[in-house]
Amino acid sequence: MPHKTFFAFILPSLIAMVLFIALPIVSVVVQSLHVEHPRVLVEVENCQPFGGCTKEVRVDTAAMQQLEQEQPMGQFNGLGTYLNRGHLAVNEIGAILSSNAGFGDVVSRIYNLPFYKALSFTLVFCFVVTPLAMALGFVIALAVNAVPKAIKGPVIFFSLLPMIITPLVGSLILYWMIQSNGIIGASLQNLFNDPTLSLRASPVLTWASLLFYGVWSNAPFSFVVFYAGLQTVPGDTLESAMIDGASRWERIRYVIIPHLMPLATFVALVQLMDNFRVFEPIVGFSAEANATSLSWMIFNDLSGDAQLFGSAGATSVLTIIGVIILLTPVLIRTWREFNHKVV
Amino acid sequence: MKLMLKTTVSLGVLCLTAGAAFADCGIEGAGSVRILSNDFEALRLVNTTAEECATDGVTVTANANAEHKNLQVPALSINPAEYTVAVVANNSIVPLLNDDLIRPLDDLVAKYGASLQPNQLIKIDGKTMAVAFMGNAQHLFYRKDILDQAGLAEPKSYEDILAAAKAIKDAGIMEYPVAASVKPGWDLAAEFVNAYLGTGAEFFAPGSAELAIDNENGLKVLETMRALTAYMDPDYLTFDANSIKAEYEAGNTAMMVEWGSLAGATIDDEGAAEGVVENTVLAAAPTIGGGSIPAVALWWDGFTIAKNISDEDAAASFQAMVHGISPEMVAANPAVATWLVAGYEPGPAAVGVIATANAGARAYPMQPYMGLLHTALSSELAEFMAGTEDAAQALADVKAAYDTAAKEGGYL
Repeated sequence: MPHKTFFAFILPSLIAMVLFIALPIVSVVVQSLHVEHPRVLVEVENCQPFGGCTKEVRVDTAAMQQLEQEQPMGQFNGLGTYLNRGHLAVNEIGAILSSNAGFGDVVSRIYNLPFYKALSFTLVFCFVVTPLAMALGFVIALAVNAVPKAIKGPVIFFSLLPMIITPLVGSLILYWMIQSNGIIGASLQNLFNDPTLSLRASPVLTWASLLFYGVWSNAPFSFVVFYAGLQTVPGDTLESAMIDGASRWERIRYVIIPHLMPLATFVALVQLMDNFRVFEPIVGFSAEANATSLSWMIFNDLSGDAQLFGSAGATSVLTIIGVIILLTPVLIRTWREFNHKVV
Repeated sequence: MKLMLKTTVSLGVLCLTAGAAFADCGIEGAGSVRILSNDFEALRLVNTTAEECATDGVTVTANANAEHKNLQVPALSINPAEYTVAVVANNSIVPLLNDDLIRPLDDLVAKYGASLQPNQLIKIDGKTMAVAFMGNAQHLFYRKDILDQAGLAEPKSYEDILAAAKAIKDAGIMEYPVAASVKPGWDLAAEFVNAYLGTGAEFFAPGSAELAIDNENGLKVLETMRALTAYMDPDYLTFDANSIKAEYEAGNTAMMVEWGSLAGATIDDEGAAEGVVENTVLAAAPTIGGGSIPAVALWWDGFTIAKNISDEDAAASFQAMVHGISPEMVAANPAVATWLVAGYEPGPAAVGVIATANAGARAYPMQPYMGLLHTALSSELAEFMAGTEDAAQALADVKAAYDTAAKEGGYL
């Protein structure tokens, strides 16, 4: 295809991508480099139904208006927001490293910083959920491939349910089930004979429930892709393997898995990216006390009584950088394979 | 088909008669009234009453939305503003004041506000910026039968509550006698603010945004909050105000500090286990650490008028809202809220809020940086409440998080 035709062909989507993906990211980056103007504060009389009149501090909006007209973006702060305690906490880490009481102390004090607390859960979620969900999806795909044609449709539908259900609703359903009067919570209390056992109270069990939910909701995606891949496994190769006396396990290990490997790379790529943005289960499980994620931090900055756009912007940019770092090994591998094939 | 036609006709007649009964709220001229408010029963009632003012020249629409705090600043920043009326409380008026998005109401009050009482007017620097119409506060709900069974009098302080909880638990009457809305987030921070107000201390150094909670009062508050958790359901960190109401109605708990606006729904005859409603007593909020101030914040809900709208719309909006909070509406609905309107006769659900206000509780602070402190408290106290951090560290974390946010917000 001539370059010109190719260009004309992708121009509409290119424009859409610039408008809806590239420009917003640029605006987030610019936002993250700015903070609010220093506020001009005045003390004024304030009267309300309870407690009568008191002197209280207010923002002098007239004085602020002029500042804002001159510099509507706010005050340039460089990388200040990235390095403050709410994000990379450079000064705090320095202080912890220079004076501490051993490795355990360093870890617990760094974990006390909001960004690193969120990052730990985000990374654990990524690296536990992705392989487990892929393995589960693969097993479901093999099982569905083996069931008789008549019941295949309904089985596929039920296997896909976790993906069809809205993540927030799915997590709420599971959350209600693990309450001490829910079906799972009550059964566990019975099983371990411990009436105070609560999946919601301890950090470890909260993490375990969130990871379990992650695997449950992510498995269908792997299943769909692997199931489609299974339909392309060459029948001849499988038959010859059978003639050579390969068992079912050996056929899976030496024929099917190598055949599906490129697909697995693709699934891993998408899943890692998705899981790095984990958010809904934390809200659905009311797990803020024990588990936070980078996306939850952004949400927290933008909701509530005061909104911190610069801080939310910085966390967003750090999330993008995190995704890039995570995907680099997979991308390099894909690139090598691609070059290999061309040669 | 015939049935449907009949229904439609009768509905139409109903609307007509309802319209005829209220149509005249006497708005002069034309205009558009667009109300944004939080979503609970009392505000929905005010909105529907204001909507009665719709005539040929005046349109009235209302959006009651729990996300109103996130909507109001962008919606009122544009010109003309998306909403002409923003219904706010002590805390949610602050972002509107900070960005200068609402107009002074003195001329409108003089012209159309004959039915308003002087204490309804929220005055800032001598200018009326909002008109309050209802009060709200958290206060003590307790089960008289359970306390009697353990031989206890009405708890007046958090120390009494702790002693009562211990007695009830030791006597084997109830496993988890106390409930509180300490879910990390807005609720947990509000619990801290409540208890800290009860110590009588200030949150900030006078006249500045410098945080001043890192002292013995702050430690006392945290110790009390943590001591109470020993008598709570182990899932306490996931309980918000609605969850503890459900626990209380199910008969699982004997004492809770809960919103006055939920009192009506708690003591009505719906959804409660047997014996709960008739034994519930609504009392003033407890004091803390030997003080005499109830350890809760007082709240008002009121309306403000947007700045970026025409004077005609502002006049129509003000008149519609004055009709919405009219003494007639309040007289017809005394049980819905603790109204601040003239002629209000408190019902049984309002006694807790009124007792708390009479005992001298303080209002939720309106400093421009209070929201930043609330957010810092909401995420940094979670580990302390879970028991994995000590009080001094928790206060240090709150200060560090607040300082970071206040610098970014331009206050420090």
